[in-house]
Amino acid sequence: MTSNFNRRQALALGAGAMTAAVFGASSSPALAKNDAEEAIKKFTGGKTPVLGKIKLDLPEIAENGNTVPMTVTVESPMTEQSHVTDVLIVADENPRSGVVTFHFSPASGVAEANTRIRLAATQDVIAVAKMNDGSVFIASKQVKVTIGGCGG
Amino acid sequence: MAVKPRIKLDKKEAKKGDLVEVKALVSHVMENGLRRDASGNVVPRKILNKFTCTVAGKQVFAADFETAISANPYIQFKFKAQESGPVVLTWTDDDGSTIVGEETITVT
Repeated sequence: MTSNFNRRQALALGAGAMTAAVFGASSSPALAKNDAEEAIKKFTGGKTPVLGKIKLDLPEIAENGNTVPMTVTVESPMTEQSHVTDVLIVADENPRSGVVTFHFSPASGVAEANTRIRLAATQDVIAVAKMNDGSVFIASKQVKVTIGGCGG
Repeated sequence: MAVKPRIKLDKKEAKKGDLVEVKALVSHVMENGLRRDASGNVVPRKILNKFTCTVAGKQVFAADFETAISANPYIQFKFKAQESGPVVLTWTDDDGSTIVGEETITVT
């Protein structure tokens, strides 16, 4: 089964098998239909993200794609020396991949935020976190959507 | 029609260094620009695209919302209590207008 070739190629260079496995395991057979990969690349400045540090909390099955609760937490001491600066969230099969970008600082105390998002169909929600030292992390979670929520 | 956000801090008084949790909800259609009305015309996009929270004038958290944020956007986050002062939450609409809500935190 071919799945997410573009993403696999992009991520294979850095963290290699581990990162590719994240997408391979959870993604649908189709290639990303939207600009998710470009959005991630733009956010990381072309840097390859490493799997880990991010906890992406989403339901396994969303009954209503119009409002899916999501909590993202990034492990970090959130000190001046070491903290999360931004977290990008994209959905790989929504009409537009962008969901939200959170901006944190040491004043945030923890790199954690919760909101409710729209998902058009079953897909991967991907979180990419940038740290103040330039390191970048990634995680993804598949959400099965029964009733799509993009108004289409 | 004035839109008043609903804001809840999990504590009104905190010791310095404590984490304060903020929950906020604001009424907004968050029109994503993909929906069609009864005549088949696309309803234009109109969302709140930016959210910021400052405490005693200093930004503690911000978010850029895209069209995939649900209607009546809900946001929950934390900040580290450093100094007493106003907790100001601001949402900015695509059209430049803003919705502002304010609470106070007392830090001992």
